[in-house]
Order: sequence, then structure tokens, then C-alpha cells
Amino acid sequence: MNNLHTITVTVNDTPYERTVEPRLLLSDFLRHDLGLTGTHVGCEHGVCGACTVLFDGEPVRSCLMFAVQANGHKITTVEALGTPDNLHPLQEAFWESHAVQCGFCTPGFLMSLVPFLEQNPDPTEEEIREAISGNLCRCTGYQHIVDAVKLAAKRK
Amino acid sequence: MAKKYVGQRIKRNEDPRLLTGQALFVDDVDLPGMLHAAFLRSDYAHARLVSIDVSAARRRPGVVAVYTAEDMGDDWQHGPPLVSPPPTVKDIVFHSRTQVPLVKDKVRLAGEPLAMVIAESRYIAEDALDDIVVELEPLGAVVDLEEALQPDAPLVHDDLDSNLAAHLIQKKGDYAAAREQADVVISRRIVIDRGTAAAMENRGYVAHWNPKSQELTLWDTTQSPIPIRNGLARMFGLSEHQVRVIAPFVGGGFGPKIMMFYPEEVMVTWATLQLGRPVKWIEDRRENFYATNQEREQVHTAELALTRDGHILGLRDDFIHDTGAYDPYGLTVPLNTQCHAFGPYKIPNYYGDLKVVFTNRPIVSPLRGAGRPQGVFIIERLLDVAARELGIDPVEIRRRNLLPPDAFPYDNEIIDQAFVPLVYDSGNYLPVLEKAVEMIGYERFLKEEQPRLRAEGRHVGIGVVSFIETTGIGPYEGARVTVAPSGQINVATGVGTQGQGHFTSFAQIVADQLGVSPHDVHLVTGDTAQFHWGTGTFASRGAVVAANAIHAAAVTVRGKVLKLASKVLDTPEEELELVDGHVRVADIPQRSISLGQLAVLANPLRGAVEPGTEPGLEATAYFGPKYGATASGAHAAIVEVDPETMMVDVKRYVIVEDCGTLLNPLIVEGQLHGGLALGLGNSFYEKLVYDENGQLLNASFADYLLPTALEVPRAEVSHLETPSPLNPLGSKGVGEGGAIPVPAVFAQAVESALADYGLEILEAPLSPNRLFELLQAARVTRDA
Ligand code: FES
Ligand code: FES
Repeated sequence: MNNLHTITVTVNDTPYERTVEPRLLLSDFLRHDLGLTGTHVGCEHGVCGACTVLFDGEPVRSCLMFAVQANGHKITTVEALGTPDNLHPLQEAFWESHAVQCGFCTPGFLMSLVPFLEQNPDPTEEEIREAISGNLCRCTGYQHIVDAVKLAAKRK
Repeated sequence: MAKKYVGQRIKRNEDPRLLTGQALFVDDVDLPGMLHAAFLRSDYAHARLVSIDVSAARRRPGVVAVYTAEDMGDDWQHGPPLVSPPPTVKDIVFHSRTQVPLVKDKVRLAGEPLAMVIAESRYIAEDALDDIVVELEPLGAVVDLEEALQPDAPLVHDDLDSNLAAHLIQKKGDYAAAREQADVVISRRIVIDRGTAAAMENRGYVAHWNPKSQELTLWDTTQSPIPIRNGLARMFGLSEHQVRVIAPFVGGGFGPKIMMFYPEEVMVTWATLQLGRPVKWIEDRRENFYATNQEREQVHTAELALTRDGHILGLRDDFIHDTGAYDPYGLTVPLNTQCHAFGPYKIPNYYGDLKVVFTNRPIVSPLRGAGRPQGVFIIERLLDVAARELGIDPVEIRRRNLLPPDAFPYDNEIIDQAFVPLVYDSGNYLPVLEKAVEMIGYERFLKEEQPRLRAEGRHVGIGVVSFIETTGIGPYEGARVTVAPSGQINVATGVGTQGQGHFTSFAQIVADQLGVSPHDVHLVTGDTAQFHWGTGTFASRGAVVAANAIHAAAVTVRGKVLKLASKVLDTPEEELELVDGHVRVADIPQRSISLGQLAVLANPLRGAVEPGTEPGLEATAYFGPKYGATASGAHAAIVEVDPETMMVDVKRYVIVEDCGTLLNPLIVEGQLHGGLALGLGNSFYEKLVYDENGQLLNASFADYLLPTALEVPRAEVSHLETPSPLNPLGSKGVGEGGAIPVPAVFAQAVESALADYGLEILEAPLSPNRLFELLQAARVTRDA
């Protein structure tokens, strides 16, 4: 496969220029070409939501996109939210509510929820559950995740 | 000593890294010169390997090596049995047949690896799989458990006379005599199907042999890094000190990640030893459905003998258990099933005939619950049928049979998964059940709500189930606790962590002993370079076995701290207290010294020390319980069945758990919530569907349904604490309790919702389709 493309993608406000194969998944590009391993891959077929990132501000599944499709676009990953010493309010709420167990699914939940909370500052439990129904978690049973979202919303 | 932190809802030390994407998982490991592996897998479940030609794959640019079984020479070996085979007691049959790294002569399950490609990228490695030419001669597949034992069934292992992997009969009292005396005997055929663990992180391995330092490092998604290290060292003729296994953050374990060894684990390690370059393999989700161990399938013929007033006289449980194509995990799962069919009840007579069969399907090893949900399902279903036949309320029949609080320790007179007697150490079952009954509002629901809802045309039902969970089994774990000169407390232990919050609950134990904050306790776990004695995280044992080892080490360090401080502060030990990282004189708090300063004094660079003195403020301790600690619980649910769609909506779910001393209720509740979600999957959503050729028909998350936030209800949780007398902390495990009774509760509640039809549910999991079929059949019987 020498049909290579040079793309420029802005990830977490940093522009990256890379030459990639057209078949390279966006998730692999972020994780392995850019070393942004906070985005996780749980199924590579669009169901689990672990790979969720923001594409021009909208949540997308990076395993269902090719890196070349991100050419000229802005991607936001979990690494842009907060740092261990300076957590994003939603991360803080996840921490306090024990919404994390193994933590593998967590970045995907956060990236689905950040835009959700921006659009729905005061969601009901129903709406929260609906909003995360595209993200699978095998550890928490979702209850503490729902609690965390409520807590974050309350604090806004 | 007052417990300041144990028992508190403390948020977890490990979370900031996990929340920000900074925590290291195996697939995040990236080494210079790293190569990538992909495996060619068999499309057939049962086939003879006629030929395999990898020459074209080897020629593909970017491919570094392609290996088949033949290329491995003498390194091609069967895996070791992972648990000790059963003792050779009279009349026990056990045939150990363990997995192979690559297929040499015969394929025994769909997805079994035939060849490994190593290339510069995973993409190239997968391209090269298409270049391999394989000739397989398909054989008839063994799929159905009962057919597997027919004389004309194809043989999974040609050297055996049949597909029988094991046969064991356990007895207590005299079941036949009890049956004679019984007023009523309930007999049913009950079937439990296969599911998968589906941890969100698939398996993965990065192996690196450094030819210069002669050291092998393996990053592994395992639940038991230490046995993996020891086993690999033995397998490849290395000293244990040359091998370091690191289980970093692991994205969910649930049992299957405790296997030793998966073929890919051996192959990736073997490949780096050949090539001297790091090799990575990460399982994809489809592979996970084929190549990672599964569990649960059993066919029971079970019988309960009772008096007219509902007292159990005896239980007979004959069943066939599917072990898949190989049986490295021995009898752990089916023995758990046998034991958990005893439940929290007094069952004076028992007869259990267990047959384990080989089939052409993935290997069976423990999956959160590990045979326990099946045992609970058996006894609870039989009790429900008995209650109906005898006209006794389902809760009442349970009350009448619960073991009383003075029965402990209670010996069930059969052996458990560790081949030691099944003894319940402690418990108080009735208050647990009554609490659940009260929380769900049982009486009121039956008297008022259910009739009212029924009159409105709605089908709403209730279920209540009691259960026990054997937890915290041996053999042992160990830990080392050290006070660093900085004042930080370091703890090293061998058990890996897959989200259970060990970094926090273990820190709480140490914090209480040493008078520091749990946030100042730094735990390393799952790295054999840090601690290399232990077995692993399984069977809900971390909070029991590892926690008590840590506790013991912390107690010893506390002793050393006090002894030294007494000398330095010139005050008797009894007058000293450990507060805020300092030792101080109780009445004169300004006379104090920090733990860090003491650590420096304990490790002098010059001068003489007293003979027999050990340097540093450090201790290593081990804990090995005589037998497990038995946790117990009761779950209750209210569900509504939609008669149009057959969807079941869980409206309320109550969990009352007695796991002894609670280390951190926040973490315990999280474990229960997660267990409930899995249990719900095992009740209604998650079933692996195999066709008659052993092909899995739903190998994706689009077809195999994990419960989402829309299906999993909010759990209302309450705790009772009956401390275990077997360990100083009094803890019992809780990792599996959330999952174990759910299918039994669910079935009872659905039957209650559809009481008009006299429906009997004798299988798990159900599905809307299956429920529809059962209801149609019940209608036909009712209207006939
Ligand atoms: S990895 Fe993308 S949705 Fe699962
Ligand atoms: S925390 Fe483990 S999958 Fe969600």
C-alpha cells in the first residue's frame, strides 16, 4: 500500500502533519502515530464507545473513521480535558462518585458527556441514561456514572 | 486500635490517572523496534490440519517472520494444568488435556491459532494472514453437552474413549432414604447457557527479550502476573529473576484473564526470544469472542425432597458441565456449582453426580461467579417450584430452611473447589433476607400493588432470593510495607488489579496502622520486579487474602516504628501515638518525630547497630487462610413484562450483602452494581449462540448484547456485617456477589409477573424471543 496521503489534523489545539495510509483508522492514528493513548479501543466496530473523541466538537467513534477523514479538522481527546492535578469538573465528579473502576471505558464516557452537558445543563436521570446508552461499561453498572453526571450538572 | 480509614467511603487514589488518560494499559506500551503479531485462526471448530503453506506470507514486504507449530521444534508444548488436578480419590475420573500454542495436527475449536505472523505493523501482519494457504479436513463437531456423551459422538481428543473429561460423585447423608421419607419430590431439568466476560479491554501482550541484559519483560493483561512469570521462566529455561511480568492497569478481568497460558501469550514471548525485538499482540473484539475463555453452560437434572411444610430433606443434583476443548482449569467451576447449590440452607442429605465433557468450543474457566450462579439458580428454582406446589410463600419457604446463626462453623460434608471441606465460617442469614424483604416492600407489593397493577392489565412481579458466596480462598498472598525516608509509605503486593480499587482499600488498612492519610500510601501491584510471591486476583479474594497480608505487614512496621521512636523520644511505647505521619508523645504532642526521620535513623550509613537489628522500617508478611470466608446476601427485584414485546423492565432492585468487615463501602457498592449488570446480562441478554458445527453466530457487540445504562436499574444497596473469624480484618470477598443470584431473582420475578400462565422458567439466560416461546407453550398447556 504505497497510496500515501499527507494530512494535517489539529488535535487538542496542536496541528500535526503526518503521512498515512488511507486505511489507517483515526483511533490508531491518535493512539499509535500521535501517542495519545488516552483514547481506548474496545471493539473496533462502533458499539462500545470507548474510542469516542470530539470531531469539530461533536462526539464520534474514532474506530469508525479513517485518519484521512480528519484532514483539516479539529479533534479533541481526553488528554485535553484535565490533568491529574487539575481535573475537569466532570472528571472531578467522576472521581467523587466512584464512577471509575478499571477505567478503560472512562475516556469514552467523558468525551460523550462533555458536549452532552454543554447542551443539557440540567438533565434528568432518563436523559443521562439515554446519553450514555452508546457507551458500554462492564464494571460499574452505570449507576455511579449517572450519579457523577448529576453531580457535575448540579455544580455548574 | 481505632479504625479511622477502614470502613470509610474514600475516593480512589488511582482515579486521577485513569480519568485523564494517563494510566498505562498494555496496548499503550510502545518500544523502539517493536514488531506486531497477528494470528491465523481456524474457521472450523473440529478439523484435521492437512497442510499449511506460509511461504507467500514470508515474502510479503514488512513481514519479519511467520511461524507454524513445526517451526517451534521442542518448544512446542501443551500448556500446564492451571490448577492442581483433583486428588486421586476413589472413583474420580479426570483427564487433563491442555491447550497448545499453535495447532499441530488437529483443530479443536473455531478460532484456534494455526500460524503467527510477525511484521513491522499490525496492518501488514493481518495482510499476510491472507497469504497463508491452509488445508483443513473438517470433522463432525461436538457441541451439545448430552450428545457429547453418546457412543457415536466424534471425539475431541482422539486418545480418549469418550468425551468425558471428568466424573465425580459427592454425597452427604443418605439422599435415597431422605427421598423415601419426603412428602414431595420436585424434579426438573434445568439448563444454563454460555456467556462471555467481555471485559472492555481485550487481552494483550508485549514481550521484550533483551539479548544484551538477558532479561525478558512481558506486559500482560493477566490477573496473575507472578504465576505467569514463574511458568514462562520454566517453559523457556530461564531463571525466574530473568523474567519480569508487569500487569499494568488492566481494563477489567472477570476471570478469563487468569488463564495460564493463552496460546498468544506463549507465542508472543517465544517470538521475542527468537527475534530479540519487542513483539506486541493485542486481541481484537472478534478474536475475544473466539479465543478468550468463556463459561456457564451446564445441563442439570435436579431433585429436591421436602416435607409438607417445606423443610428440605435432601437435594440431588446430577449435571453435565461443558469444559470446552481443553480443561486446564480442572474442576473449579463445576465444584463451585455443586457447593453453591447448598445455598444458605440446611440440606441434610445430598447426592451429586458431576460429569464434565469436552466439546469443540472455547475453553471454560471461571467468569465472575465461576459456577456459583448456576448452583444458586438450581436450588432457588427448585425452591420456587416447591413453594408453588406446597402452597407456601416463596420467602417463607426460604425462611424455614435458612441455617440459624448458631450453626457456624457449618460443615457441608462435601469438598469445594480447593478440595477442602466446604465449611461456612460464619453468617447470619435471616436478618439479611428480612432486610431485603423489607426494603422491597414485599408484603405490600403482594397484597396491594400487584393486584392493583394486574387489574390495570399490567404484568408486574416480584422475586426474592438468598445466597452464599464462598470467597477469599487460599493458598496465600503476601505484601511488603516500607516507610521511605520521605515519609511516604510504600506497599508492594503481588495481586494484580483490574479496577477493584486495591490502590485505595489496601492503602486504608495501612493508613490506620501507621497514622497517615491513605493518599500518602503508595501501592505497587502486579509487577513481579516489586513483589514476587503470590497467586493472583480471583475468587473474590483480594479483600481477604491480600488485604490481611498487608494488614499483617503494616502491624509489624508499626511495631518497629514504635520501638525506635520509644528510644529516640525516650518514652515508653504505650505513651506514643501515630498521628499525621508523626510519632508523638500522647500528652505532649510537640515531642514528636516524623516517620521519614525515623526511616532515616533506621538505616544509618555509619556506626554500629545492635546485633539482630534489621535495617529500615519495613516488613514482609503473608496470609493464608485455612479455608474460605463465606459471604452471604439476598437480592430482591420487581419487574414488569410487556406482553406485546416480551421486554422485561427491572423497576426496582435491592441488594443486601454481608461481606464481613467493609473496607470501603463506596468500592463495595461499585462491585455490587457491576455484578448486577453482568447478572442481568446472564438473565436476559447475553447468550453465545453456537450452531451445530461449533460456529459462534453472534461474535460482535452488535449481536451479543451487553446491558447498557438503559437496561441496568439503579440498585438499592444495604450492608450487614458478620465479620469472618478466619482473618484479623474480618473481611469477606464481594467481587462476585452482585452477579451470582441475579438470574434466579429475575426468573422468580418474571414468573410472578406472568403468574396467570403458570409459567416455569428452567433456563438462563432468557431473551424476549425465548420468553415468547415459553409463554406460547404455557398458554397451550393451560388452555388444553
Ligand atoms: S472501539 Fe470504537 S466503538 Fe468500540
Ligand atoms: S470502568 Fe471498567 S469498563 Fe467501565
